[in-house]
Amino acid sequence: MNDEQMTLMQRIIKGKWIGKGFLALLALAIIWWVGGKAVQSPSLFFQQIINGIQLGFVYALIALGYTMVYGIVRLINFAHGDVFMFGAFVSYFSIALFQLHLWPVRTFPTIPPIIGIVIGTISVILLSMVSCAILAMTIEKIAYKPLRDAPRISALITAIGVSFFLEYFGALPFVFTPNFITYKRPFEIVTWYIQGGIHRLEAGAEAPPGSVIFSNVLIIIILVAILLVIGLNYIVRRTKIGKAMRATAYDKPTSRLMGINVDSIITTTFAIGASLAGAAGVLYATAYPQVVFWMGIIPGLKSFVAAVLGGIGSIPGAFVGALIMGQAEVISAGYISTPMRDAVAFTILILVLLIRPTGIFGEPEREKA
Amino acid sequence: MKIDRQTLGFWIVLLGLIILVQVLVSIGILSPFWETLLKIGAVMSIVSLGLNLIYGFNGQFSLGQWGFYAIGAYAAADVTYRWAQMKNASGLMVLSLVVLLVGVALFLIAKLVSRMRGLDPLSAFALYIIGVLIAAYIGVQLGILLIIPVTQALSALPPNLAMQIVYLLAVLLGGFLAAEVSYLFGLPVLTLGSDYFGIATLGFTIIVKVLLDNSDTLLGFEEMKGARGMVGIPKTTSWLWVAIFLILVIILLRNLLHSSHGRAIISVREDEIAAKAMGIDVAQQKTFAFVLGSFLAGLAGGLYAHINGFLHPNTFNFIKSFDPMIIVVFGGLGSVSGTIMAAFTWALVLEGFLRILLPAGFETWRFVVYPLFLLVMMLLRPQGLFGGFEFPYLRQVLPKPYVPRTQEQISLVHAVEDASEGD
Repeated sequence: MNDEQMTLMQRIIKGKWIGKGFLALLALAIIWWVGGKAVQSPSLFFQQIINGIQLGFVYALIALGYTMVYGIVRLINFAHGDVFMFGAFVSYFSIALFQLHLWPVRTFPTIPPIIGIVIGTISVILLSMVSCAILAMTIEKIAYKPLRDAPRISALITAIGVSFFLEYFGALPFVFTPNFITYKRPFEIVTWYIQGGIHRLEAGAEAPPGSVIFSNVLIIIILVAILLVIGLNYIVRRTKIGKAMRATAYDKPTSRLMGINVDSIITTTFAIGASLAGAAGVLYATAYPQVVFWMGIIPGLKSFVAAVLGGIGSIPGAFVGALIMGQAEVISAGYISTPMRDAVAFTILILVLLIRPTGIFGEPEREKA
Repeated sequence: MKIDRQTLGFWIVLLGLIILVQVLVSIGILSPFWETLLKIGAVMSIVSLGLNLIYGFNGQFSLGQWGFYAIGAYAAADVTYRWAQMKNASGLMVLSLVVLLVGVALFLIAKLVSRMRGLDPLSAFALYIIGVLIAAYIGVQLGILLIIPVTQALSALPPNLAMQIVYLLAVLLGGFLAAEVSYLFGLPVLTLGSDYFGIATLGFTIIVKVLLDNSDTLLGFEEMKGARGMVGIPKTTSWLWVAIFLILVIILLRNLLHSSHGRAIISVREDEIAAKAMGIDVAQQKTFAFVLGSFLAGLAGGLYAHINGFLHPNTFNFIKSFDPMIIVVFGGLGSVSGTIMAAFTWALVLEGFLRILLPAGFETWRFVVYPLFLLVMMLLRPQGLFGGFEFPYLRQVLPKPYVPRTQEQISLVHAVEDASEGD
């Protein structure tokens, strides 16, 4: 049947025009709404974009863990968000109780303070990463490993159980307590504002109206996130472990035949993903200086949405998806209504699943035998 | 219909228990605290039965049950609130017409979409959304027109009777509303793999909670009072009401599951590809189970709203959606009796006895112990405590193999066998 013989209706159906028109209308409405607000107050718009980048990089680090674990064992690791929470708390305790961030200045009083602060911050992040990796390996060993051959749903329920256990164990009065705790940053916050050039904002001073503010927190988040992603990319692409990980994700029985220890590779994947989440926990807590036992739930779920948006199993996809999610969240929070940002994240999830279930970078899922 | 002795015994015990509770309550032996717990146990039974239908019988891992429960609760509460406090039938008429017209619209669009072969899911979803929005708008306008005559008609009845009628309709409407929302929501997500479906439904629960938190500002329902909690809902849910609903739900599920439709639902859980090969419309069975399960959730929500006369969005926090899940997993996936027993055990033991017996610090330990139980269950007994067990009435009656008894029958069987061998 060629094009001339098709009726109008058939052409509409074949070209998927109804759905496309619907999406176009939706996109137009969003652009109209956000664009109108942006023209009204451009500085506020750029401020939102910067906040979105800050959030997006944190989400990216969490999303990478989701996407790696999903890629290798096809399990939505629900407890990942709580590993993130654990990382934030470890850094909180290491700073507030043990002053870990001050050790270089204390041991070598002669080094320049800036280097001392950098090394101190790095050691706080590293400690969180290591403790999160250990936690994730323990979880994997106790809860997920016995269910490796069980139906996927059993593993998912177990993951939810682990997640709740971590949260509410953390809520016990002698662990993390159920209260909000103010987080102490490992470094002093420095703020700049942009208005015809970059100016430093003195502590306690108000930024002039119409300017865009950013702080060293933003720079640190971007730097740490990019460094970690480069490191991850190196591990996955260039090392033997990375090769084994990719092989395991592709085909478990065959990689076992090739002499790969699949179990230890899976554990390593969990550990790497969790260490990224640990770093994300520290960064998130420095950006929004409060820690509480349930702080991991919503960022965890949103990062999962980001991983799905980017194409689950794909590392660049998780990164791009997380940046988009960060923007979507701040824009919906800024221009629609603050509590709606949680709803917007899941609306995006549903839209992605409708339009392109494999995500932006995803390949069509192979049917696993 | 022949009733065997075991079935009769089951009904006598069940009805006896219900009447016993009612008598104890009216004498005053059973304090209101325990009566409320029993009601909540029955309500949780209905929610969990709905979830068991979706997850236990049909194999769709849904975390959205609590969201539909919330929809049913708030919708029903709004209807009765408007009747009891504002003395008009505005909620009733608007909601019933919206539910009616949206239902008609969904039906018509489903017909239309099935006739347009090869329509992609996004276009179909867009058609549904547009149709539902138009139908809902017309429903609201028509409902507003009908408020005054219906209010007058209902006011002519004795006030108590009118209240009960409004209440009954409100509960049913809450269920139907939840069912329609679940149908719309199920369109894009039911085709997904099971774990994506779980996350999408979890997202649904979170969206519902966020909307309820802002119900006064964002949705424009002043009386729901957003995050402050809705008060002043008439406390019309009596023990008899929940018992009647529970019995009806049990009969409905039993008859459904014992029919060919029920076996089709179960076959989807067992093996989708094999079910497809047997000519079962898998997508249709999934939608049906999901919608019916959500209907039960909405119904239970309506019942729950009128127990305490108070609703708060925090009750519908997605963390609490863990409760029906744990009841279903404990009671046994695919076991109606197990679910009911687990729900009552949950209400009476966890919410009742332990709260009285154990020190106040137990509250904080509750959610530490729950997931541990769940983990142990998943590792040791994934089919649940009562997996496969059913009470006599609910037991699947399998056709008995034909056993020839008399000499005539035996010779007849031999004759048939000989004839088939001769071919």
